Amino acid sequence: MSLNEIGSMVAMQGFSGLSLFTVLLLMALGLAIIFGQMGVINMAHGEFMAIGAYVVYLFSQLTQNFAPGLREVYFVPAVVAAFFVAAAVGYAVEILLIRRLYKRPLDTLLATWGLSLAMQQFFRTFINPKEVSAELPEWLLGAFNPTPSIQVPRNGIFVMGLTILVTIGVYTLMLKSRWGIRIRATTQNRIMSSAVGINTDRVDRFTFALGCGIAGLAGAAFTTIGSTGPTSGSLYIVDTFLVVVFGGAANLIGTIASAFSIAQAQSLLEFFLTSAMAKVLTLLTIIIILMLRPQGLFTTKVRT
Amino acid sequence: MNLLSKKLSKTDLIGVVVLSAIILVLFPAVFSIFRLNLIGKYLTYAFVGVSLVLLWGNGGILSLGQGVFFGLGGYCMAMFLKLEASDPISTKIQTTPGIPDFMDWNQITKLPLFWMPFKSLTFTLLAILIIPAFFAFIIGVAMFKRRVGGVYFAIITQAVALILSVLIVGQQGLTGGINGITDLKTVHGWDIRSDSAKYILYYVNGALLIGCVLFTRWVLSTKFGMLLLALREKEDRVRFSGYDVANFKTLAFCMSAVMCAIGGAMFTLQVGFMSPSFVGITPSIEMVIYTAVGGRLSVIGAVFGTLLVNFAKTFFSEQYPDLWLFLMGGTFIGVVMLFPDGLAGLYERYGKPFVTRLASKKKDEPSVAVAAALESGGKHG
Repeated sequence: MSLNEIGSMVAMQGFSGLSLFTVLLLMALGLAIIFGQMGVINMAHGEFMAIGAYVVYLFSQLTQNFAPGLREVYFVPAVVAAFFVAAAVGYAVEILLIRRLYKRPLDTLLATWGLSLAMQQFFRTFINPKEVSAELPEWLLGAFNPTPSIQVPRNGIFVMGLTILVTIGVYTLMLKSRWGIRIRATTQNRIMSSAVGINTDRVDRFTFALGCGIAGLAGAAFTTIGSTGPTSGSLYIVDTFLVVVFGGAANLIGTIASAFSIAQAQSLLEFFLTSAMAKVLTLLTIIIILMLRPQGLFTTKVRT
Repeated sequence: MNLLSKKLSKTDLIGVVVLSAIILVLFPAVFSIFRLNLIGKYLTYAFVGVSLVLLWGNGGILSLGQGVFFGLGGYCMAMFLKLEASDPISTKIQTTPGIPDFMDWNQITKLPLFWMPFKSLTFTLLAILIIPAFFAFIIGVAMFKRRVGGVYFAIITQAVALILSVLIVGQQGLTGGINGITDLKTVHGWDIRSDSAKYILYYVNGALLIGCVLFTRWVLSTKFGMLLLALREKEDRVRFSGYDVANFKTLAFCMSAVMCAIGGAMFTLQVGFMSPSFVGITPSIEMVIYTAVGGRLSVIGAVFGTLLVNFAKTFFSEQYPDLWLFLMGGTFIGVVMLFPDGLAGLYERYGKPFVTRLASKKKDEPSVAVAAALESGGKHG
């Protein structure tokens, strides 16, 4: 094997790690807001991701059946819709369920687990019990060849771009905008925040909806990589929680770093071991590190 | 959360007696051996339910990894039974006779070292108790000493459950993989598949479960039980009073692990196989809902909760399979939002005053009044 070939292989393997990284990161960004900032354990986060994926699928079916000419352009509005539909469902869930459980985090865990079971069955009964995949536009298919031996799939580049965009968006929103200040103030000291005139209930609702909307975006991105089934979301939920905890719950940079290291570690190990053993080793390492450093990789100093 | 009724008072004794009568007399009298065996299986889950009353209801420590201990107990028992079932004569068609069939299918030619001691029944029985306790001790010390608690503990125990189930599935040659360990036949030549053996195992299981119920009630009535309750309410105050909180939490975790393991071992004996589908995340969380439905504070409630959820599961998944997950999801949400104290809470509010009046006219009334006052005064978090 020539040096050039090894180089191309490393590049492609690295890229496959990157695509796991993007899915984990998009999932984790939403959860970092919901769990890291608000302290709500949302076990149904994976199902919000599935909602996003199903919205894209729905758009693709509609275009195919009613307006085949729009095949090249439907994807962009579908991604936007995925965000808003998931956010709207999240908003409703906050009002009906989460709002009443803020003081009982462990109970939130059980209630949202129940929600995730019901949502999975909803997908199974009303959409399709089997896996579905959206009809992708031409510009997302095929691969891009920088050199003759390296092939970078176009959908990977698209997802990467979307992830970067969302990450920058969340970062700006949380750390630079008035809204972000309100969110952080509410999570750090609810009583003081409401005393200075922040409508904390409203902040809670919008924050939760935002987190769910980002999960929806993750789902939309996911449709370009794989097919969506009723339990697709739940496959990632534990990994996502570990990403957020490992990165340091309330820290966005930490979330990015931990999603990157976990995804790369896993794809790298998969190269040497079976995928089951790669997963076991990765998770075990995370747990051991968390036992030594319970606060995670990065911490924000907060007085409570 | 009535401290007074934690002591084995008259009414509680009635509860235990009623439970024993239902398990040991009513069920065997009413159901055929097929249904009874099924109930026996449900009752092995009740061990986990009872262990969670101790750990979660009273200690406030939610472990989402109880399936791990259930599985460890079950697998220890299954390894012993499998070795007995794979003697060289009955496995002579294999490439390597005398090793379990799944090892032979996976081109393993020698019994792995960690399987060796499971040829001995004494070792197996000890292992069922010691391995889960040791495992819980390691996790407990590592987490509680560093003051990892609450939500983080739940997430990490859940990850442990995921790791163990992925590991078992991944190492097919050593563990039987996704199919688990099947085709279990005899204990020292005693056929566990015969009807008479099923009856005996059902009674052993029932007696062990009642033993665990009594043990848990006793533990909760001791000073240790009080401390657990105090930990749940205000951990810092207990710590500032000079107690080493981590040790108490670890002890409670180990106790609950051992109970789960006994349940797992009895599961293997009664059902005749063990598989990773009882180890992972989904069974571990489902077992939490048994306790939640029964009432997280009530040991007896947990047993009834387990039975109720499993009866419902069997009924709905036979009759309306599509409806079952909606119902299960709804139960999770409904119990948490509307009845945080579960069946036992409903009983305390509506049934108990009635029963107490029947049991004794005057004696217990003050304690019920105090209990009711405590109940309404301190809703738990």
